Amino acid sequence: MSARVIVTTSGKGGVGKTTSTANIAAALAKFGKKVVAVDADVGLRNLDVIMGLENRVVYNFIDVIEKTCKLSAALVKDKRVPGLYLLPAAQTRTKDAVNPEQMVALCEELKPEFDFVLLDCPAGIEGGFKNAAAGADEALVVTTPEIPAVRDADRIIGMLESMGKSPIRLIINRLRPNMVQDGDMLAKDDILDVLSIDLIGVVPEDESVIRATNNGEPMTMTLDSPAAHAYLNIAERILGRDVPLMDLESYATRGFISKIKRFFSGKRKR
Amino acid sequence: MGFLSKFFGGGNEGSSQKAKDRLKIVLIHDRTDISPQLLDNLRDEMVNVLAKYMDIDTNKIEIDLDHDENAVALVANIPILRIKRGKVAEIS
Repeated sequence: MSARVIVTTSGKGGVGKTTSTANIAAALAKFGKKVVAVDADVGLRNLDVIMGLENRVVYNFIDVIEKTCKLSAALVKDKRVPGLYLLPAAQTRTKDAVNPEQMVALCEELKPEFDFVLLDCPAGIEGGFKNAAAGADEALVVTTPEIPAVRDADRIIGMLESMGKSPIRLIINRLRPNMVQDGDMLAKDDILDVLSIDLIGVVPEDESVIRATNNGEPMTMTLDSPAAHAYLNIAERILGRDVPLMDLESYATRGFISKIKRFFSGKRKR
Repeated sequence: MGFLSKFFGGGNEGSSQKAKDRLKIVLIHDRTDISPQLLDNLRDEMVNVLAKYMDIDTNKIEIDLDHDENAVALVANIPILRIKRGKVAEIS
């Protein structure tokens, strides 16, 4: 076994890197793969709470790098899905505690044990990003349909390309089909036009994401929401399966008042 | 109808077109942003190439990026003192 190492990154913070990493990791595990999600956000760890494993963290990957513990001791096994593991970040250290060479060495240590190593990258383009990206072969770039997020994604894509990562694929997160229909939000094709990068999935805005975070259970474990389906599809595409994009229009459900608004504003033809 | 349309927020163009236009311009500028160091290197290499074909006034070279609304151009102003007529054939 030699794992594919994939970094999830975005440049801008708050666009859903950690949520994406947790859900894709859980989905890949559901498909029978052995997966480890590595929280590379040293000092601001959150992947543990999103996955609902915060109470089981004992060691972290800095302990592994510094040989305070064995790799197997630091790995947290998710009991809900077979084959799913978390390697937590250190909370009381800073990003300077690691260098890119150590990250590469850590990934090499993980590779023989897993099918997939997913690295959850911190926001920004500094050391934390460079560390996380150093260990990866492939990249998923997360953006939302807003100018600041797309702009930062463009910057990150340029950096990932110069680092030789391939493939680099885009996740468009938090898309609101209603707003796109009304011409008030950048559409999938608008973003692909300017970024010229392959799309791996579009995740609709979905309240279940907040509930899932509250409960500490990745959505792809239960699969009862549009976002969960979107992430499951992304996992399938990572596995090389040809899955059509979801029909997000069907999620553009609207109430009576908004229908009337659309009638009078003449936006219904768009 | 006009009243109703105003009441329900009609008449506003969707903002996504504006977002698209602004994004395109921002990216044009971001992607062509060049560090002073890189510009110096470019200048030195260009001078080396040009010097094979002509004598140039290296003190008066101006190289910069010219940004306007929709495009970015590399503008170089390089005064030539003399073309090296015999040399070109030798080199090529």
